[in-house]
Amino acid sequence: MSAHHSRRFIANVHGWLLLLPAAVLLVLFTHYPVIATFLRSFFSTPKGARGSVFVGLDNYRQMIEDPIFWQALTNNAFFAVGTIPISIGLALLMAIWVNGRIAGKSWLRLAYFTPTVLPMIAVANIWLFFYTPQYGLFEQILSAFGVPSHNFLGSKDTVLACLIVVAIWKEAGFFMIFYLAALQQMSPNLAEAAAIEGASRWTFFRRVTLPLLMPTTLFVLVNAIINSFRLVDYVVVMTRGGPDNASSLLLYYIYEVGFKFWDSAYAAALTMVLLLLLALLAVGQFLFMDRKVHYR
Amino acid sequence: MVLQPSRTGLALETAAAWVLAVLWILPLFYAFWTAFHPTEFATRFQLLAPLSLQNFRNAWDAAPFSRYFFNTTVLVAMILGVQLVLCTLAAYAFARYTFWGRDVMFILVLVQLMIKPEVLLVENYRTMSALGILDTLPAIGLPYMASAFGIFLLRQTFKTIPSELEDAARVEGANALQILLKVYVPLAKPVYLAFALVSVSFHWNNFLWPLVVTNSVHSRPLTVGLQVFSSVDQGIDWSIITAATIMTTAPLLIAFLLFQRQFVQSFMRAGIR
Repeated sequence: MSAHHSRRFIANVHGWLLLLPAAVLLVLFTHYPVIATFLRSFFSTPKGARGSVFVGLDNYRQMIEDPIFWQALTNNAFFAVGTIPISIGLALLMAIWVNGRIAGKSWLRLAYFTPTVLPMIAVANIWLFFYTPQYGLFEQILSAFGVPSHNFLGSKDTVLACLIVVAIWKEAGFFMIFYLAALQQMSPNLAEAAAIEGASRWTFFRRVTLPLLMPTTLFVLVNAIINSFRLVDYVVVMTRGGPDNASSLLLYYIYEVGFKFWDSAYAAALTMVLLLLLALLAVGQFLFMDRKVHYR
Repeated sequence: MVLQPSRTGLALETAAAWVLAVLWILPLFYAFWTAFHPTEFATRFQLLAPLSLQNFRNAWDAAPFSRYFFNTTVLVAMILGVQLVLCTLAAYAFARYTFWGRDVMFILVLVQLMIKPEVLLVENYRTMSALGILDTLPAIGLPYMASAFGIFLLRQTFKTIPSELEDAARVEGANALQILLKVYVPLAKPVYLAFALVSVSFHWNNFLWPLVVTNSVHSRPLTVGLQVFSSVDQGIDWSIITAATIMTTAPLLIAFLLFQRQFVQSFMRAGIR
């Protein structure tokens, strides 16, 4: 009895000791900042001699009346809607091609995947050059067809679409990998059975492949949504949110408020919105995802 | 596979796949063209345009890239080293120990999969400032060192290792740490490789958080150095900027081209779990 108790006690101590170093860092840089951000969003930013004081919901009131916040949020929604379905669709197509019998498929895989390995900032620099007015690549091509000059990144109408194109180019190959992994785990018997049944390739894809890939699609979808809120490197390099905030995304706006205007209290309120969106996503994932598939 | 497209179907699909591949690689091809040719050929494609390394020389001389390379290398190695140790220990605890609060702690770890450190950059900046380590390499690395992804990945792997192996080692008198190092770690080698590749390529490329916490040459990684270089030091000499871009990306790109199969398999291995 007492030997049993002491063994359990030792297991407890060992377990916690093993976990402790990671737990300390996680608490310090993930859990504590979440709570601190929440609390700070109810206080004012200290200015000069005036310290931080409790202001209740003032920061949130300011946010609701802030057109740039709404613009960043809407931009973010457009960015997500523009990026995610196309990159997931392309990723699926790429995976099926690379997994199939197409000639030179290892070269295809290389071409599709390479953008994923590059730093976003490098990607942004390269594309910035393409979009440059007058002598960028697109201008050259368009002027050859007699299309008048257009400043792609300098125009409110096209700037977000430009960022979306870059994001799709960068991410599709990354998502392809997840589909490829799932496809390679599928039993070849399924295709044989379908062939015996006389199913067409399209029917097989729609009735068998696609449903079997559903967990992967959900997994990719969740990651794509997280990324659409998290990856703002392009914005920093290519547009700085401009022109006139037409390409500002939520995290970029938080960065601006926090480190250009140094208004940490307002940045905290904005961060709470981002955290709320991520929390909703987590709840959604919990409700919709077949947890047995990914979290054994 | 029995289910195959018709011959025309296959031809069409092959063509489409290759068009997409060419589209995908074209931007890179274009970047290489610009970097390896004199400025006047930056947007003019002539087969016999003279090749030149001058853009690289100019870029290298215009900014302290050697220091940036050094910073990034140290940073990436430091993060990976600490990650491997911390994640191994935590994953072992989750996989093989029953302790009070384990399930709650595991959920708290998974929170980081949703809320990545860069989302909390304003508050984490404050913490670094309070710790007095702003503008240092540890400040860049600290928020990432306890990686929820690494802990999760290794825990799943450790769980698949039969506990009979552990019992056998215990009979031979091995203690908990020895069992971890002699039984678990060797069996998880492919997963470690996968995690290492994902971690190195992520941190070589990471930008926003390093941009925020650094403000001098002494701690700036390549990505931030490149951004400072291309936004401040240069006007719009695209040839030099592109050369700098390729230069800073080269080590990772070369490693990727050499170990393509391992890269793809590692990302796949990391993605399945």
